[in-house]
Amino acid sequence: MILELTITLVKILFIIGLTVGFFAPVLTWVERKQSAIMQDRVGANRADIMGFTALGLFHAIADAIKMFTKEDFVPQGANRFLHTLSPIIAVIPAILTFAVVPFGGQYELWGTHVNLVISDLDVGLLFVFAIASIATYGYVIAGWASNNNWSLLGSMRTASQMISYEVTMGLTIIGVLMVYGSMKLTEIGAAQEDFLSWGFFMQPLGFFMFLAASIAENKRIPFDAPEAESELVAGYFTEYSGLKFGMFFMAEFIEMVTIGAIVTILFFGAWHIPFLSAATILSWLDFLGANGANLVLMLIHIAVFFAKVIFFIWFQMTIRWTLPRFRYDQIMKLGWKILLPLSLANILVTGLVILAVH
Amino acid sequence: MELLIFYPLAGLCVLFALGVVVSNSPINSAISLIGMMLGLAGIFVLQQAHFIAILQIIIYAGAIMVLFMFVIMLLNLKGKGEDEKWQSRDKNILLNVLGGLLATGVLYKIIDIINAGDFNSPAMPPESFGTVREVGTILFTEFVLPFEVASILLLVAMIGAVVLAKSKVD
Repeated sequence: MILELTITLVKILFIIGLTVGFFAPVLTWVERKQSAIMQDRVGANRADIMGFTALGLFHAIADAIKMFTKEDFVPQGANRFLHTLSPIIAVIPAILTFAVVPFGGQYELWGTHVNLVISDLDVGLLFVFAIASIATYGYVIAGWASNNNWSLLGSMRTASQMISYEVTMGLTIIGVLMVYGSMKLTEIGAAQEDFLSWGFFMQPLGFFMFLAASIAENKRIPFDAPEAESELVAGYFTEYSGLKFGMFFMAEFIEMVTIGAIVTILFFGAWHIPFLSAATILSWLDFLGANGANLVLMLIHIAVFFAKVIFFIWFQMTIRWTLPRFRYDQIMKLGWKILLPLSLANILVTGLVILAVH
Repeated sequence: MELLIFYPLAGLCVLFALGVVVSNSPINSAISLIGMMLGLAGIFVLQQAHFIAILQIIIYAGAIMVLFMFVIMLLNLKGKGEDEKWQSRDKNILLNVLGGLLATGVLYKIIDIINAGDFNSPAMPPESFGTVREVGTILFTEFVLPFEVASILLLVAMIGAVVLAKSKVD
């Protein structure tokens, strides 16, 4: 009992430490560097500690200090309570999703069964989906509580965009569910040990639609009409400053990690290495003894999983700095007239293929 | 242990439900309703019905309430200034009386059910209770007719709404 509790606590601390403590701050720096590389600039490189700049990595710390010390401004006529509440509602779901995301397989270590997921829910995939839909409120309430027309317009766009793309997202997930016959993210991950059974080969169309829909859910360019700087100042977070502003950004960056993790699990073989099964690695590590080999295998799987996640974060950043912003009506047209029928057709074709194979 | 989780959740539900009824601005009512639904989802989880709990969040808290908020913001319902209460509830005495009677009847029925049930030795649900597979199997075998009828009803309502809205636009 106590051992299980300790293991769960360690997993929770690992995930929170990784997302809030590592990914969120470091990604602010990565995004600046990435944009700089793509635009042939140098990028953030000035913040230094005793003359060391570490390629500008200290900008992450400088940003954090700036956000903590800035004045927290609430505009006149705004609803103070909701104005404070909405960044919290935005950031919590982003972290909460990781409760069901497996970052490795299942291992036997010194007689204990270790399952590298915080909560192996039977409805794991739906949980991700439910939590994502809760996040909408953070952005919607933010615009409403700011008492500012730009903010309100941004919120309206957020609400309609997130509702539209949630439909596509849900329907693409159904294709994956049909292929693997499970909603447990751990089982979907475990089913992709064979390279050719990766979700990307099973559901190629599903992958592209899921990625498009999830970037739209995260409101990043090319789907960032809700914060369109050239039209709406900054959209729903126009009236936010200091740490509350920072929390919206943190939510966005953590959601990028979440998207990377979900895409990796559903479509890119989760923690598996192509053409290299766990049994083969274990036979190589035979000299370490059963427990040692399992431990090393676990570490390898965690590393592989996060390598894939980091690749998809990089991929999202490349998209962000490559494409221009879509117009608002184009976003709606893409969502309802192209992606929705395509995802329905995807389900039909998947069903037919499964029927033909069996 | 179960009571330790049940009472805070139930208390939150009641508080939020009260918030829906007594708050002055429609937006606060809507937010309270979301809180109430989340609390209810928690109670479902406590009953081992994970699937129903998740559906409660996705459909009610996630989709329907976002639309409610959307409409409230679009129409800019601000509750007619700070001092005036949100009007339009206490207009019809007949409706109030009927509503009161209905509520009393429902409460009476609930008490009836509680008295009839045996709560001291609840039957343990089977292992597969509330899983997606179980709910799906029952829905598509035993209850397939009500399920399909309900979906047709929703389709009819949807088409009706589109027709009504379109005739105003044209």
